[in-house]
Amino acid sequence: MTAYILQRLIQSILVLLAVSVVVFLAVYGIGDPIELLVPPQVSAAERTAMIQRLGLDLPVWQQYLSFLGNALKGDLGHSFVHGVPAVDLILARLPATFELVLLAMGLAAVIGIPLGLLAGLNPESRPSRAIMAGTILGFSLPSFWKGMMLILLFSVFLGWLPTAGRGETVSVFGIPTSLLTLDGLKHLALPALNLAIPNMALMIRLVAAGTTEAISQDYVKYARAKGVRRKRIVGRHVLRNILIPVVTVAGMEFGSLVAFSTITETVFAWPGMGKLLIDSVYQLDRPVVVAYVMLATLLFVAVNFLVDILYAALDPRVKLTGEMA
Amino acid sequence: MNPSRTATSAVAADADTALRQKVLRRIRSRPTTRGAVILLGILLLLALLAPFIAPQNPHDLASLSVMDNRLEPGSQGMTGITYWLGTDAQGRDMLSAILYGLRTSLLVGLTSTAGALAVGILAGLTAAQFGGAVDAVIMRIVDFMLGFPSILIALVLLASIGRGVDKVIVAIILVQWAQYARLMRAAALVERRKEYIEAAVNFGLPTRHIMLAHLLPNSIGSVLVVSTISIAGAITLEATLSFLGVGVPVTQPSLGLLIANGFEFLLSGEYWIAAFPGIALVLLIMSLNLVGERLRRSFNVRG
Repeated sequence: MTAYILQRLIQSILVLLAVSVVVFLAVYGIGDPIELLVPPQVSAAERTAMIQRLGLDLPVWQQYLSFLGNALKGDLGHSFVHGVPAVDLILARLPATFELVLLAMGLAAVIGIPLGLLAGLNPESRPSRAIMAGTILGFSLPSFWKGMMLILLFSVFLGWLPTAGRGETVSVFGIPTSLLTLDGLKHLALPALNLAIPNMALMIRLVAAGTTEAISQDYVKYARAKGVRRKRIVGRHVLRNILIPVVTVAGMEFGSLVAFSTITETVFAWPGMGKLLIDSVYQLDRPVVVAYVMLATLLFVAVNFLVDILYAALDPRVKLTGEMA
Repeated sequence: MNPSRTATSAVAADADTALRQKVLRRIRSRPTTRGAVILLGILLLLALLAPFIAPQNPHDLASLSVMDNRLEPGSQGMTGITYWLGTDAQGRDMLSAILYGLRTSLLVGLTSTAGALAVGILAGLTAAQFGGAVDAVIMRIVDFMLGFPSILIALVLLASIGRGVDKVIVAIILVQWAQYARLMRAAALVERRKEYIEAAVNFGLPTRHIMLAHLLPNSIGSVLVVSTISIAGAITLEATLSFLGVGVPVTQPSLGLLIANGFEFLLSGEYWIAAFPGIALVLLIMSLNLVGERLRRSFNVRG
């Protein structure tokens, strides 16, 4: 087991290293930060000093090595635009993105699981077909356009909900949140719904497929033959068995929701990490883009690592040595 | 015909035809799928014929009249032309812009899917044929690509190489080839264990010939079936990238860029600039998804 963990750990570190090289080189190509950051009216001496201070005069590989060395110390560079550490900038935006993603996942589960059950229990009925057709729509609507149409309907035509920003926030243990104020919740409603819809469609499909399969199983037939009430069969036997894959997928979707919140945050001007990424791309703020991608990779690699270890620990069939399938 | 295949090919061809007919029958019998096929056909035709049927050439600045900017749907222009879907901030007829935008969206979607198919099939085939270290390296890359959200990879890449139709296509190929590689490898691994491949190997046929003439045609099916849904994915990705400002250039707007241009006028109630291109985009993506989903189910492909 120890050897296996060690092997996976080395693999994960190699992936991180590879990503750091690729990202650093890719982002190195974004325009010329000197042009952007050094005002044209400064003297030649001032200009050289600024370039030196930012380390922009060094060869690429030296910039990379100093970047890597600093990264190991948790320093991914200073934002060119804001002048503060890039990691701090991103972490400051983390709560806004997380509350958006959490609410979206909650919405997807609360609406998606019952609808999926309904569609899975009577797959040929009219409402079930409508629900399944709705999931295709849910997958097909491009996120940014869907967000605009939500704004158009609920903000422009009906005037019920605000279109941009986080609204009023309160601090809980020093972390600002919009979840606890009415104004904050109003601001959260549309972006969270927008982010939730594709996930809701995915939930419905997963639960419906699982339910249809489960109700043909022997244990359900046996329970029915025994005279167990339908409600109890569904709630106690069917639901429990289908929730395992649902939870697994929901966990895996968390990462992609964080990534996809980039689009939703842009449409609703939500001040989260994704909006920061897009703004940094526009402003050629290289360190922030690199730091964002490195943190995101770290998150994905860490989650994959943990899932692999957990599977290995739980499932004796997973081979612990040699090639990973 | 190869000597190794003649014995079984007649039977296989019969089975193929039977399956194909079954799939076609199913598509015809389901009204939703039939509707989606017809809609898709109409959209393709509109995109193809755009230069002939569009009331205006939206790329020709001389034919635009700035006086006609942001007119409501159905308004009459200065030159007597009726703008059925309104005009944008440059006085461009939205209907014409959508017809041309459909062209760009489809061009990017189809080209990038074809490119991703070519790269993915080759990578999957190579991994299955050679196994060992080659397989391990290719599949590690595939795992990584599939584990990372495609939108982020494409966004960072395009942020560094700049916008352009060709660059968007490259970015989409980069994020989409991996899924084909995985499917192709799985199918080719199953196929490789069959007797006709063994026979071909014993015949002393060159490896490249076995890969391209035997393995490829017999294991490509599942990949092609999945590609219909992937075209929809490619079109959505292109639209999203263009919306974020790193996609196609302003001189050749796709549906996504048209929507982005309408965003700033949305709040003042000028909905048509963003809404109508979006409806065209949704119809395109939905019809592709519906047809792709039905194909996938009929051929029973997972992926």
